[in-house]
Amino acid sequence: MDRVTFLGRQLKNPLVLASGILGNNAGILERVHKAGCGLVTMKSIGPGPRDGHNNPTVIDLGFGMINAVGLPTPGHDHMDAEWQALSGRTFPLNASIYGGSVEEFVQVARFVSEQGPEFIEINISCPNSDRHGMLFGVDEKAAFAVTDAVKRVIAVPLIAKLTPAAPDIGKIARACEDAGADAICAINTAGPGMVIDIEARMPVLAFKKGGLSGPMIKPVAVRCVYDIYRAVSIPIIGLGGVTTGEDAVEMFMAGATLVGMGSAVRYRGIEVFDQVNRELADWLTDHHVTRDEIIGAAHDRRHTP
Amino acid sequence: MIAEHTPLMIEMAEKTVHNSVYTTLFFDFAIDFRPGQFVMLWLPGVDEKPYSLSYHSPTRFGITIEAKGRFSRRAVALAPGGLMGIRGPFGNGFDIVSSPHTAVVAGGCGMAPLAPLVTKLHPDLCFIHGARTKEFILFPDRFDMTRHISTDDGSLGHKGLVTDLLAAEIQYRRVQNQPQFDMVYACGPEMMMHAVFTLCESHRIPCQVSLERYMRCGFGVCGACVCGDRVVCTDGPVFDSKQLRNMADFNRTALLKSGGAVPLSDYVSWRCQ
Repeated sequence: MDRVTFLGRQLKNPLVLASGILGNNAGILERVHKAGCGLVTMKSIGPGPRDGHNNPTVIDLGFGMINAVGLPTPGHDHMDAEWQALSGRTFPLNASIYGGSVEEFVQVARFVSEQGPEFIEINISCPNSDRHGMLFGVDEKAAFAVTDAVKRVIAVPLIAKLTPAAPDIGKIARACEDAGADAICAINTAGPGMVIDIEARMPVLAFKKGGLSGPMIKPVAVRCVYDIYRAVSIPIIGLGGVTTGEDAVEMFMAGATLVGMGSAVRYRGIEVFDQVNRELADWLTDHHVTRDEIIGAAHDRRHTP
Repeated sequence: MIAEHTPLMIEMAEKTVHNSVYTTLFFDFAIDFRPGQFVMLWLPGVDEKPYSLSYHSPTRFGITIEAKGRFSRRAVALAPGGLMGIRGPFGNGFDIVSSPHTAVVAGGCGMAPLAPLVTKLHPDLCFIHGARTKEFILFPDRFDMTRHISTDDGSLGHKGLVTDLLAAEIQYRRVQNQPQFDMVYACGPEMMMHAVFTLCESHRIPCQVSLERYMRCGFGVCGACVCGDRVVCTDGPVFDSKQLRNMADFNRTALLKSGGAVPLSDYVSWRCQ
């Protein structure tokens, strides 16, 4: 198995389940882990409870998805049974959190940290709520403030999840690093975009706009990871449209230490983690290189064959 | 073409109002479909909900709706010619056993997804159908075969539960030394399906049941419909005995729209609002 150490924790491989995909209970998180995912991420937890938007919320466009689920959450302090079930887990856990203000982020972060996840990921990048998330991810000062405030109240490594909507994502990543973030996760969904049904004459999503994910956004994700790699020295979880082992190789070359997948579950099932692990191993073997050797390779001319 | 991607807006061709409870909307459209699969039905500006198909032919399909909530009332109020969005079909569908020794157990609107299955099974099947009252018996005249009926109030057939009738059938076969059921198919309230499963387990009879959970994507990514470690929209909605044995949340826990896990009874009350 392709073990990896990430922020002092052992992971069985470098693949990560993106937040918002499955991630709703301990049972499914364990299943995804067993299917070959090194680090599973919970669906973002907020101060809730919050229902999210009415349907349609998630539509597959074939070349990727558009979604505006709207950050549904039972609320961090309304999940006793779930935290209980997770306390006996046998896999590393990344807990994604969000808030509508720095104070809410801090409130949720403090509580979630006490539940003992291996990592806390702050979702400062969700486009699907009028009030939450993305505001923090497009402004350096706001990103610094929320990262700094959360870092002070948690006992586990902090991962900042960024949005490609930032005019200069490298600067946002740098602000998070300066504020004490231990890693960057990029990217959240792109856009937002819109799909209009021309017969209904209205947007398909009930929220009208939604974040784009899957193969159609991979070039955006690769560019973001590339920019972040040049801006910070902390590790990066690279994700956005990764569906195959070769996509993962591309993310590593852009500068990712771990590679996440989400929409890929739509196209290749939960088995996609095992499949990508295998494809990645085959590629590395065929090219006589290790994963460490290709991380950031696209930045360095010496690695050109 | 109706596909799993963006909804296709199509005309509702015909509407059959069965009674004050049930209405079927027909669409003259081809759809690739196996009994037990479902589609996402979109009413622009209202909502989108999962529905099984209750009728299917190469050129037409029907969706039967019990009007009880905001969405379903609006759906059945639509006039023929009105447009609805459809995407799908989704889910696994029933595994069809060709044996003459099968039973179909329907509870209330659970008859809807079972109806296209009944037409594919051996005609000697044992057909059991229960509901609260006579009015809630869906498609009372649709099939030729004998139907064993039960109602909670005794307004039609046996006064009691479908499991009373199924238990009697299983016992009869045993006493008469007749071949036992090779498969029991059930759809209805989860408590009923659990009772059918438990009864089948005690007689070592395999069964398949179709579960219901709040859904969003329909294709296995959003996680809204997880039941234990199973994803109802893609691993199901049909689950067999082997899977049910390991499904801790079956008849126990379901997620609300917020993702909060609650006892099934609380979930059912919410869904019936």
